[in-house]
Amino acid sequence: MNRTASKATHISWWGWQQRLSPYLFVAPFVLLFAVFLLYPLTRSLALSVQKTIGPRDSRFVGAANFRFLLKDRLFWLAVANTTGYALAFLLLQIPAALGLAILLNSQRIKAKPVFRFAFFSTHLVGSVFVAVLFSQILSPRSGLLNHLLSAITRRPIQVNWLAEPELALPSVLLAGLWLSIGYAMIYFLAALQSVDQDLYEAARVDGAGNWSQFWHVTLPGIRPVLLFMILVGTIGAFQLFELPYVLFQQSPGPLSRALTIVMYLFITGWSVGDLGYASAIGWSLVVLIAGVAFVQWRLGRRGDDT
Amino acid sequence: MKRPFADQPDSVLDYRAITPRRTDPRRVQLTPLVTFLLHLPLLLGALVCTVPLVWLVCATLKSGQDLFKYDFLPWDHLDHLTLDNFRKLVARDGFTRWLCNSIFLSCLQASIVVTLSSLGGFALAKYKFRGKAVLTTLMVLTMLLPAQVLMAGSYELMHHLGWINSYAAILVPGSVSVFGMFLFRQAMRQVPDELLHAGRIDGCSELRIWWDICLPIVRPMIGAFTLMTFIGSWNSYLWPQIVLQDEAKYTLPIGLANMMSLPEFQTEYGVLMAGTLLSVLPVVLLFFVLQKDFIAGLSSGAVKG
Repeated sequence: MNRTASKATHISWWGWQQRLSPYLFVAPFVLLFAVFLLYPLTRSLALSVQKTIGPRDSRFVGAANFRFLLKDRLFWLAVANTTGYALAFLLLQIPAALGLAILLNSQRIKAKPVFRFAFFSTHLVGSVFVAVLFSQILSPRSGLLNHLLSAITRRPIQVNWLAEPELALPSVLLAGLWLSIGYAMIYFLAALQSVDQDLYEAARVDGAGNWSQFWHVTLPGIRPVLLFMILVGTIGAFQLFELPYVLFQQSPGPLSRALTIVMYLFITGWSVGDLGYASAIGWSLVVLIAGVAFVQWRLGRRGDDT
Repeated sequence: MKRPFADQPDSVLDYRAITPRRTDPRRVQLTPLVTFLLHLPLLLGALVCTVPLVWLVCATLKSGQDLFKYDFLPWDHLDHLTLDNFRKLVARDGFTRWLCNSIFLSCLQASIVVTLSSLGGFALAKYKFRGKAVLTTLMVLTMLLPAQVLMAGSYELMHHLGWINSYAAILVPGSVSVFGMFLFRQAMRQVPDELLHAGRIDGCSELRIWWDICLPIVRPMIGAFTLMTFIGSWNSYLWPQIVLQDEAKYTLPIGLANMMSLPEFQTEYGVLMAGTLLSVLPVVLLFFVLQKDFIAGLSSGAVKG
């Protein structure tokens, strides 16, 4: 009697834990989503129509934040800087990474693991540390880059990379590319290696040259990864913050020429203390990224039909 | 395409063997040169990637004027190399503290995130439950949302919770990774269901099935994802900088970025470079330990994701 009772409770516990387990396993995410994502998100939306001084003091201002945003010169400078950076970054990073990956994938290349590690090594350095490193490499007198340029041109070159307004974004770009080309290359390499080798053989038998093979076999084969890398690169570039902020010693650079959207958001929210206006900037960033991602998605889909 | 001579015996079945190959005599002669030319851009790229790091290591070992006189090492008097920069760095209060903070925080965060994300991924891969489709949609939306739009609201929340200047503000909101849940879902789908049922018949609870059966099978993914999370946590700057105010609680990125702005390091950048090197080294060491897992995990994610 006693034994059957304990068996019954055991079975009910057993069934109970089986049914409930999946819910318990995803509970941390659900909780987190509700408390630390959904709630701050609605708060950010509410804050974007308020003017605040620190987290305590705020008043309702309606759409004034967004109206001011449209006329805010600094905001548009930040948008222009960020967009310019993103464009230049993608136009240089994707072809360079893909080109290097194709080369490295070739059967004639020796010492592949060495190359792979060399290219990947930069990704292990975080962007703050890259910024600290590049602040020294770009320094006018003792910096490695100027010494290298002097050695190549055989003329003393002392470019003040970080003080010239025109060179502010190119300097950031240099550090950004150094940080990320190798990483993108590893992804492309993995994609290239998964392209069906028989397709190349078939193309060769049909008389396709190298270029035609690239165009008709390689590119379609790595298309998903290529689109993914472009999207991730775009989103990352629009969120640019650490590199310029630390490179220019926690400032927006000469004449604010390295001011990015996230940097403007951060300075507005936590140096000026207006969380409301910072939220408005944040939402405009969401709109901007969503817009660019949508355009890319449409373009990518159009490529599908042809 | 139809293979020619498909009815022939095996040795000629391979059409590659019988397709006449036009061998261009010029091409054969060019091969060593072509091979060299193919290596050239790679070599250049690899140099561009590694030289700044070599330069960093050299800068930490040089003293005073040698920093400005030599690009890399003072070859004519190598006895001038010193560890002074490291000594000065450790003597400053702050740096060792930040190093310990970073190690503590990143290890803790990586273990929490890997545990909770693999649990979530396990549920998504191996169970049918109500709301699963909705959950997946929410996860995708979360990944698309730029985190910066949340910052003002989150900061306010941290303020109300009294978590400003506390590690809870970093650890708790970041304790599950949606990306990680997707990675583990993908990896755990390959675990055969029969194995899980066998475990159930032997009396394993669902939690033990996850821990004792599933996790050992997806080990490479654990290594890869641990490394990714550790690197992410180690290098994160914006949010920690917002919520940590006390200098004793700083992590390395915050501390080093502040150190860089001090006027004394405009001239004495050897110490700063020593700080940078020590900040990068733990990640590099961890990478070497988990390297194999990492490349495997990365490529599987890239191909299937």
